[in-house]
Amino acid sequence: MTEQEKRNRSFSSQSESEEDIEVGSEALKNSGRIKDELDGLLDEIDEVLEANAEDFVKSYIQKGGE
Amino acid sequence: MTVKKTFGIETEYGVIHRGVSDPNPILASSLLINAYLYAHSPADKGPGAPRPGWDFVHETPDKDLRGFDFPEAIAPEIEAHLVNAVLTNGSRYYVDHAHPELSAPECSNPLSVVQYDVASDKILVSSMEAAREVMPPGQEIVVYKNNSDGKGNSYGCHENYLVDRETSFDQIADHATTHFVTRQIFTGAGKVGCEMSGYNRSDVPFQITQRSDFFEERVGLETTLKRPIINTRDEPHADPTKYRRLHVIVGDANLCQVATFLKVGTTGILLSMIESGTLDQKIRFKDPVRALQQVSFDLALKDPLELIDGVTTTAIEVQWWLYGQAEKYVENFGTENIGGDSALLVLKWWEKVLVGLESPNDLAPLVGVLDWVSKKHILDGFQDRKKIDSSDVQLAAIDLQYHDLRPEKSLFKRINQEILVSEEESNFAIKNPPEDTRAYFRGKCLEKWPEDIVSANWDSLVFDSGETNLQRVPMLEPSRGTREQTEDLLNSSNSVSDLLERLEDNK
Repeated sequence: MTEQEKRNRSFSSQSESEEDIEVGSEALKNSGRIKDELDGLLDEIDEVLEANAEDFVKSYIQKGGE
Repeated sequence: MTVKKTFGIETEYGVIHRGVSDPNPILASSLLINAYLYAHSPADKGPGAPRPGWDFVHETPDKDLRGFDFPEAIAPEIEAHLVNAVLTNGSRYYVDHAHPELSAPECSNPLSVVQYDVASDKILVSSMEAAREVMPPGQEIVVYKNNSDGKGNSYGCHENYLVDRETSFDQIADHATTHFVTRQIFTGAGKVGCEMSGYNRSDVPFQITQRSDFFEERVGLETTLKRPIINTRDEPHADPTKYRRLHVIVGDANLCQVATFLKVGTTGILLSMIESGTLDQKIRFKDPVRALQQVSFDLALKDPLELIDGVTTTAIEVQWWLYGQAEKYVENFGTENIGGDSALLVLKWWEKVLVGLESPNDLAPLVGVLDWVSKKHILDGFQDRKKIDSSDVQLAAIDLQYHDLRPEKSLFKRINQEILVSEEESNFAIKNPPEDTRAYFRGKCLEKWPEDIVSANWDSLVFDSGETNLQRVPMLEPSRGTREQTEDLLNSSNSVSDLLERLEDNK
């Protein structure tokens, strides 16, 4: 289905069967760069992550709100 | 008939008081807010100066709060006397159900909503810093912008939209349900585990939303248990003959600016389409609560959702249809009632995000754009690097710490996020109100005459001009009280009596 068709489709029982959805050509960001940045990101996270994960998670309790 | 949209977000934050053996979240929340107020009171007014409290006259008949007292000890039952304040940016900052809550001021468009949402988070960060100054060493209050503690307790990030009273509530409920179930694919903040009874954490290593586990009804008045997808609270805080306020409790709190922007922007356009009757069909799920949960669990974004007539669809398909309807609406009706130019930006990002979500196996382009994708990016990377199981507690820790508002600890802050609002804009919004809603009049009066305002509400201010009687100024129109309308009046009034006289003359 083209993007235009996707927007105009009807959801009644008369709909055609689905075709493979085409991926939009517009890339938001460079995927490769994101993957390269991941290592740096994980290094940073390692540094700041709560020292005792188990204690932290166990003691994170909230009262119910709205 | 469409009404000009006014938007508002209210966020309940998670709060942890570290370094005490028996933490009391109500006390901690009060301390946090009071510390902020003390630190940021106007230069020439001392910390003991009375501060305008929230006027509960129309919310709880017997209560009328003025000022605040630094809490010595607070019994958890005395909720009515908890600190609550109105800030000069027009927002309300208070303790609600053992959480610090910040209700941002009324905004005229979704970009302004993001600006004030970022400012709200900054206020919480300043509050933590201020609290640090007054607490004994070894103690710390930490704030989290999320919606669940992973143990079955949830707290909300609510959205508010001004809607035409004439529009049938059933129409609103039906169409909004469709959107709320499916918009989760871009509003979800992600969560490790599941909190519905009958599930173990290992059953659901990760889901798209924080909140869907807690919803059990399609429509209802409840907000703290048996939560409904559509909340029927009828408290417009505006002219009740003209307006309804749709109070939305089903969303996640967002840190990614684009997620907040789309959450509010798409919903605003949807409501305008409902008001004008332009939607070309109605999509009704056979079981909306089940569909809500299905979408949250479906990381591949392709699970068929059953509709009332037996046909199936997916969340992305529904959103593409809504997007197409929104495009047509803007072509025919323009953007005046849906936030002006920012509505065009909503359409642009809506499309970009849907295109990105068409490739659920490579969501890298949406890291920094959507919270669930950003969080999953961290979780997957960490799990991979450490060679740990998806049930490892470190992953649950990452889930929580993503939302830690301390800049030095926040995992979200480590992500390169897509910015819609500049630092200057969000800094401006900490102390200054939006200029194009009634929040302007409220905020500016508070800035100019804090000692003469006895109390405030969304739709009125109560002044003490020294006369025998207090004067209530009604503010029943959310888009009246703007800078354009009131700046001259405010600048040329030397006192509250002056202001009140001029308001009387202008009638």
